[in-house]
Amino acid sequence: MPEKELCITHEKPLAFFPHFERKGEGEDQTHYCPGCGHGIVHKLLAETIDELGIQDRTILISPVGCSVFAYYYFDTGNVQAAHGRAPAVATAVKRAHPNSIVISYQGDGDLAAIGAAEILHCANRNENVTVLFVNNTIYGMTGGQMAPTSLPGQKTTTSPGGRDPGRDGYPMRVSELLATLESPAFIERASLGNVKTILQAKKAIRRAIECQMEGKGFSMVELLSPCPTIWKLDPVAAQKRVHDEMERYFEPGIKCDRRASRPEPREAAPPPPLADFSRLLNLPDDNGRTAPAHAHDAERLDWRIRIAGFGGQGVLLLGQLLAEAAMDDGLEVSWLPSYGPEMRSGTSNCHVRISSHPIDSPLVTRANALLALNEPSLRKFLDTVEPGGLVLYNGDHLPDDCRRDNVSVYALPFAEIANQLGSAKVGNMVMLGAFLALSHFLPDERMEAALARLVSSERWVEIDKKALAVGRERVPAEEFRHA
Amino acid sequence: MARQLLKGNEAVVKGALLAGCRAFYGYPITPATEILEAAAWYFPRCGGEFLQAESEVAAIHMVYGAAASGQRAMTASSGPGISLMSEALSYLAGAELPCVIVDLMRAGPGLGNISPEQSDYWQVTRNGGHGSYRSLVLAPASVQEMADLTRLAFDLADRYRNPVFVLADGTIGQMMEPVEFREPAREPVMPEWAVGGTAATRKNLVSSIFLKPDDLELHIAKLEAKYALAEREVRFERYRTDDADVVLVGYGIVARILKHAVDELRAEGIATGLLRPITLVPFPSAELRRMAATVREFVVVEMSTGQMVDDVRLAVDGAAKVSFYGRGGGNLPGAEEVKAMVEGRVRKEGLVHA
Ligand SMILES: Cc1ncc(C[n+]2csc(CCOP(=O)(O)OP(=O)(O)O)c2C)c(N)n1
Ligand code: SF4
Repeated sequence: MPEKELCITHEKPLAFFPHFERKGEGEDQTHYCPGCGHGIVHKLLAETIDELGIQDRTILISPVGCSVFAYYYFDTGNVQAAHGRAPAVATAVKRAHPNSIVISYQGDGDLAAIGAAEILHCANRNENVTVLFVNNTIYGMTGGQMAPTSLPGQKTTTSPGGRDPGRDGYPMRVSELLATLESPAFIERASLGNVKTILQAKKAIRRAIECQMEGKGFSMVELLSPCPTIWKLDPVAAQKRVHDEMERYFEPGIKCDRRASRPEPREAAPPPPLADFSRLLNLPDDNGRTAPAHAHDAERLDWRIRIAGFGGQGVLLLGQLLAEAAMDDGLEVSWLPSYGPEMRSGTSNCHVRISSHPIDSPLVTRANALLALNEPSLRKFLDTVEPGGLVLYNGDHLPDDCRRDNVSVYALPFAEIANQLGSAKVGNMVMLGAFLALSHFLPDERMEAALARLVSSERWVEIDKKALAVGRERVPAEEFRHA
Repeated sequence: MARQLLKGNEAVVKGALLAGCRAFYGYPITPATEILEAAAWYFPRCGGEFLQAESEVAAIHMVYGAAASGQRAMTASSGPGISLMSEALSYLAGAELPCVIVDLMRAGPGLGNISPEQSDYWQVTRNGGHGSYRSLVLAPASVQEMADLTRLAFDLADRYRNPVFVLADGTIGQMMEPVEFREPAREPVMPEWAVGGTAATRKNLVSSIFLKPDDLELHIAKLEAKYALAEREVRFERYRTDDADVVLVGYGIVARILKHAVDELRAEGIATGLLRPITLVPFPSAELRRMAATVREFVVVEMSTGQMVDDVRLAVDGAAKVSFYGRGGGNLPGAEEVKAMVEGRVRKEGLVHA
């Protein structure tokens, strides 16, 4: 080897620690085997970091594999990740610190097998990070098991007869695979097969990191890499295998380069001041919503209401309006919808509690009011109404085989009444109006304020108000006295 | 500030942003999806990061990355998703990274169904992941607590540099109650140990590796010491327990139902009380032990086949009877049902002081 190259070989890049203190024993040598591709890639990366002047900005994500201890060597920010998850970790690190240079360093088992989903989606989101993918066709750290990249016929401890594509599939050409995605900005495969290709590999790494520095998005360099120890070859023969066998299956070259067509990154907007958070989070201001000096204190008010009907009849909204208006009136409230498969089957119900005292259980298992918008709901819940309770039913009368003596029943064709108002959809509001008239604990203006908040269209607010008024008129207001 | 009628799922998100959380990574799953959706809406507005990940595995490792970067970070999921997250939970604890995970329990095992259960208690309080670590676990019982305990979770996560769970069930996520955000919005602060891509943070390393047995043993001991210290964070609510012969024990939505049952049983002359653990890790063991001196029987009620009851038994250690009543599959126990069950036990066992 000419003297000059030797000299370069012994100069330590600044991006490496002068002594590998994190490693402990043998502080001046890496833990990599002689002739290992990881050692070469480390050196290329460290030199590139130096040349680009990005040591302070760099955050290296080390994987699980022989390079798990990359943080022993790189005097940069370091995060160690779980097996295969480095692209997910890198994603969040970069998004937290957009100005940093994030390098996800991974082996082929790590990236192509256990972390296949993470790399695919990281590339597809065009995350602005750089992945260095060391492909040595083997699981090095665990002692030589088959990798997704092991070549056909390659003997490993888990393919002792050689990789059989018929059984194990063909080796994965990950760079080509990822390059079929429309998103990633830059993907290149380089080889550590000889001095010349190693120099090309360094250029590829530089291109990839520059891609990130320019904000163009995802970049990856796959590095065909020797593992003399597991391959049971001396370093020279191992390098020859990279050149002769690996390069034949995994063709080096740029697989996609969309840097030129990518727009310049946009400057991120500064975060909003905390003073804006109330507005941004839609938190209520106190204007007009402060609860009144409590008008209900004297009486012990305790409504346990079950509201039920078909999906689309406005069951949940009815309940929510009640809870919202009652809360504004200084009462304690809870609203609990049935959720899950029941919703799919087209029925819907909710539990509403309104009380002058703190609410224990939000569940209404024994109701003192049932608002049934259809017959199945009436049949299902009528028996849960306690004696003296109130039942509103959307129909002329209760079915003959579904009756109760000791409850007050108001059966009216609420939906039809609504239809006459112009929309059967507001049958729920007609029923709500009737309930408000019968229960007479909520001032009208509370309900109107709640309506204005929950219903976004002004047209509908007007129709709803009309429906409420009609509902109120249709029941004898003073008749019902809650037991 | 005025009260606002909010779903538990939305209260979590607002509480998190007010607590200075600026990173949400998640994956859809009923009944926690609304948290994801609310986060998609509110996080970007407030200068936070939101991303729908490709899986719960990726989501929680993104949380790992965000936490390593010094952000207050969170995710939310339900049983099947929490199972997938177990891997990273262990790494987070090992690397001493703070974060908040909201688990809205649904019914299992397997796909089970999406109705509420409390059957992730073991999974969450016993770690799920590998190795000697604990997660701290908070159990809200109201929408207000969904907001308040989410905030507390971030504070505890930072204080102990450890993952903290907010463990609720589908019901509490879905229901609406008035919420008031009393504490002001908190400015995000980057801890000095985090990586930042700057000269000042260049020296920082986030890792869970301790190669030498002695080093790892020391590290585990340090974690243990932290968990011992965290015992002081124990929180619980007692209701009418002072003269109680029978004490019902339940958390989350079940505790609300039990409170109702306590009043009904009292009305029948049975001296009943309620102990509601608010922190599940640390568990109010000392309080249970103290109460065991006068209580005849602890009746543990859960929406599972009996998980927390183990912790009650360990705490009481034979000093009083401990019995269990459970519902599952997505069924909630009604107050009447609990009342009848307790009355039955009182008749059978003669539990009440003459
Ligand atoms: C979840 C999990 N499964 C398995 C392992 C064991 N493991 C450690 S390294 C490794 C393979 C690494 O191979 P590769 O990514 O090709 O890297 P190399 O060692 O060849 O550089 C495996 C399977 C682990 N650490 N975690
Ligand atoms: S086993 Fe292979 S990959 Fe691992 S350090 Fe040795 S040569 Fe490198």
